[in-house]
Amino acid sequence: MFPAAFDYAAPATLVEALALLKQRGDDAKIMAGGQSLIPMLKLRFAQPALVIDIGRLPAMNGIARHNGHLSIGALARHVDIERNADLAWLCPILVDTVHWISDPLVRNRGTMAGSVCHADPSGDWGSVMLALDASLIARSESGERVIPADGFFQGPFTTTLRPDEIVTEIRIPMPGGPAGGAYNKLERKVGDFATVAVAVHIELSGSKIAKAGIGLTAVGPTNIKAVAAEKALIGHEPTEEVIAEAARLASEAAEPKDDIRGTAAYKKDIVRVYVLRGLRTALGRAREVKA
Amino acid sequence: MKVSMRVNGAEKSGDIEPRVLLVDFIRTNLGLTGTHVGCDTSSCGACTVLVNGDPVKSCTLLAVQVDGSEVKTIEGIAQGAALAPIQVGFHEEHGLQCGFCTPGMMLIGEELISRIPNPTDEQIRWAISGNICRCTGYMNIVKAVQHAAKLTATAKEPAGKEAAMAGGGE
Repeated sequence: MFPAAFDYAAPATLVEALALLKQRGDDAKIMAGGQSLIPMLKLRFAQPALVIDIGRLPAMNGIARHNGHLSIGALARHVDIERNADLAWLCPILVDTVHWISDPLVRNRGTMAGSVCHADPSGDWGSVMLALDASLIARSESGERVIPADGFFQGPFTTTLRPDEIVTEIRIPMPGGPAGGAYNKLERKVGDFATVAVAVHIELSGSKIAKAGIGLTAVGPTNIKAVAAEKALIGHEPTEEVIAEAARLASEAAEPKDDIRGTAAYKKDIVRVYVLRGLRTALGRAREVKA
Repeated sequence: MKVSMRVNGAEKSGDIEPRVLLVDFIRTNLGLTGTHVGCDTSSCGACTVLVNGDPVKSCTLLAVQVDGSEVKTIEGIAQGAALAPIQVGFHEEHGLQCGFCTPGMMLIGEELISRIPNPTDEQIRWAISGNICRCTGYMNIVKAVQHAAKLTATAKEPAGKEAAMAGGGE
């Protein structure tokens, strides 16, 4: 399969890329690793006039802690997250998730930021961003904008990113107290898109839950933030009853459809079970952390 | 568009449309047909090549993306007439039947051993999780990679020790 013909530019600097994007706007498509875009080009679901390859821009692949948040450069590949020794203790949900993303070959090229911007409702990172309350840093010729993940996803493959903007970084707030997260994914075979997946993240204050984030994958037109379920956790002791109620509410927030991967009713129930399991894992991890 | 890359150690270049996939550049322009096209949808790994040392799917990369990079295909594995350890492993352990997935499996195996000299069963299975084989049931592929890992480790032993091991009648 060949993509439809397009022009290609590989700018040497971000400034150059932003100028080109400003000029071409909606005609252009930004490519980082290309692991979502190239399959879409080949199927001709996407036919941009210009592909702007930012994949080799310098100094955009760092993973570091800055002023209370974890900064992940837009060109950090899935494999960079997978093999980062610090993330295993700093933010284990990221390492949980990365193992579920496609396969090692795709992880060698694909990027976290690219995947989030692609906004596939079956994408794994979107739910994790929602659970962790992450933000995207978007640059354009008119400056820099901080976009919270909550609200970023507008519909399938649609985000609030403007045509002249490039995401340069993802920021994940570092917890103020003992915290833990988990990502559970049901897939038919290794590397498949999720039948259902659930990201949960909690922060404890004493014996109570101070913060809670729950993101749902592949059960709606976008990754879904299960707000009612989060509210049912915040300020409460994480008893089995509280956890079960949050799981029930998260299941209600899911809007899955019947398809080859399962019926809607089945998927809703998997959401419930995975919220339960995820919260138990997250609590266990949070309690291991020495505050 | 002009592209150039080092393929199996030799400088190669071409004048291609940006939409040309790396696998087609390798097979059609360079005539290296050891890299296979299986699914053409980023699912099977038959088109695996190493770009700057990393295994990637050449059906899901544009040739222009790897301009200036180092590419290794299955043709670059053997040193002259001598088989590489990974090839010996697949030969000895019957790691292939039809052979269609083999170029990808071998490149994955070689890269894995370079990173993890003595990989476990599980590490090998995860490493090849993006590569589909419909013949072997994977058992012998895992054994082949382990065989190659042993050979590679032995080749790296100091000469004296190697001689002692050979003397031990392994």
